[in-house]
Amino acid sequence: MVKKFFRGLKGSYIALILLFLYSPIAVMIAFSFNAGKSRAKWEGFSFKWYAELFNNSAIMEALKVTLIVAAIATVVSVILGTLGAIGIHASRKGYATTLLNLSYLPMTMPDIVTGVSLMMMFGFVAGFVKIERGMFTMILAHITFDTPYVLFSVMPKLKQMDPNTYEAALDLGCKPMKALWKVIIPEISPGIITGALLALTMSLDDFVISYFTTEKTQNLSILVYSAAKRGVKPDIYALSTIMFLTVLALLIIVNKRSTLEDIG
Amino acid sequence: MKRSYFSAPYAVWMVVFTIFPIVFVGLYAITTRRADGNDLYTGLANIGNIFGNEGTYMKVLWRSLSLALQCTAICLLLGYPCAYFLASKDFAKHKTLYVLILLPMWMNFLLRTYASMGLLERNGVINSIVTALGFKRLELIGTQGAVLYGMVYNYLPFMILPIHTVLKKMDQRVIEAAQDLGANPVRVFYKVTLPLSIPGIISGITMVFMPSVTTFAISGLLGSGNFMLIGDVIETQFMSANNWNFGSALSLFMTVLILISIGLLNRMDKSKTGNGGGKW
Repeated sequence: MVKKFFRGLKGSYIALILLFLYSPIAVMIAFSFNAGKSRAKWEGFSFKWYAELFNNSAIMEALKVTLIVAAIATVVSVILGTLGAIGIHASRKGYATTLLNLSYLPMTMPDIVTGVSLMMMFGFVAGFVKIERGMFTMILAHITFDTPYVLFSVMPKLKQMDPNTYEAALDLGCKPMKALWKVIIPEISPGIITGALLALTMSLDDFVISYFTTEKTQNLSILVYSAAKRGVKPDIYALSTIMFLTVLALLIIVNKRSTLEDIG
Repeated sequence: MKRSYFSAPYAVWMVVFTIFPIVFVGLYAITTRRADGNDLYTGLANIGNIFGNEGTYMKVLWRSLSLALQCTAICLLLGYPCAYFLASKDFAKHKTLYVLILLPMWMNFLLRTYASMGLLERNGVINSIVTALGFKRLELIGTQGAVLYGMVYNYLPFMILPIHTVLKKMDQRVIEAAQDLGANPVRVFYKVTLPLSIPGIISGITMVFMPSVTTFAISGLLGSGNFMLIGDVIETQFMSANNWNFGSALSLFMTVLILISIGLLNRMDKSKTGNGGGKW
């Protein structure tokens, strides 16, 4: 009896925390389907704001930028990060430790400092070569913060691998490059895929670093920020709902692959 | 080709896009751009400006620190019981609950802030309930409380995750041993569970304090710009005031401050069991 009472108490506390976390999101999703402009009064169900969303060229342009940046940054960071992990795994200890510590740096530095530091470097380079802060610099920045996540997803898989299989391939006459492609890559592919999904989510999600590394080009986060400065509007609710569901879908895939805290 | 060479492109990339930019922060922090466009070495003058100016920036810094500390304390007080209950036998099998608590963490933080704006704004949900009940409309947006709420709302899952991870990995036999030796539940908690969960608490504090002390979007949106935080000042220096030198000095100062506090926190964690898990 007492035990049941305590279980109920614990359950209600968790429920309260969930209520705290989800009520703003629930309100947002609900009112994205509101027929009227109000964000507090229900005026009937409609897809009006979604229609408006898809007819808004600025939002569609920002969506395009977000997707292109995320796609390119993911591909490049997966290649860089996987090769980096394989290299570090095969290197002597001192060099490996230095490079691993260097990889922690962008993960621990405040985003705003990463953002402004890249902004200044791009500004400096612009003095010599014609380079504008835009989609290109945003991609460079995204690769920079994505790659360590790929590296740290691949590293554990390399450590789990039996080193003898690679040696065996070489003994059987395989060239090192072929052995890498035929033996190592398939073994670590779960880590590579997890890393790729992490990189994709991080990139789709980023605001602060993107904000400082581009000038006129907007991704969705930057667009939401400038829209929010002018006040809340239901078409952004609709956009947020779509983005929320996208991240949710990506997460379910990532979560199926590994429990959340396995990595890092 | 030796396999260790594969890391060369990665190493080069990290040096060019992580080390070089930090060097720029340092260089800008110790120089001043003159009207003729030349840079002049001014040593610690920019850093000194943070303390000067009749204390304007010290006030901002103090406000940022105090809000971030309040946010961290509230997250710890709200989050610890939640992590503890979720890790307890009653709910250990309910993995979905845990995933639900962590889910908002992956949602774009601007969207989360935007969503909380919708609750708090003048014609928002809370005010429509308040007025429907016959009370006067509340001014919620633009207050310090709104900024604090926004921070807690955004960062609470970051406190729950590492504490939960540590509690989950804890050796249950230690707790059973304490019970067998006659400790009552309260004593078991204070003498065994709490001390063993300190590594999780420390990474939780780091993961909440760091982003909340450097934020600029939350204060800008929920505080309506009435409550400048250190992140807002840095943003202004780079995006509108065009004083990259002072902005760099502030960034440097803030980074050092954060590194010192992380260092101090980690020294408290004598067991050195490593952190209780990052965002991923």
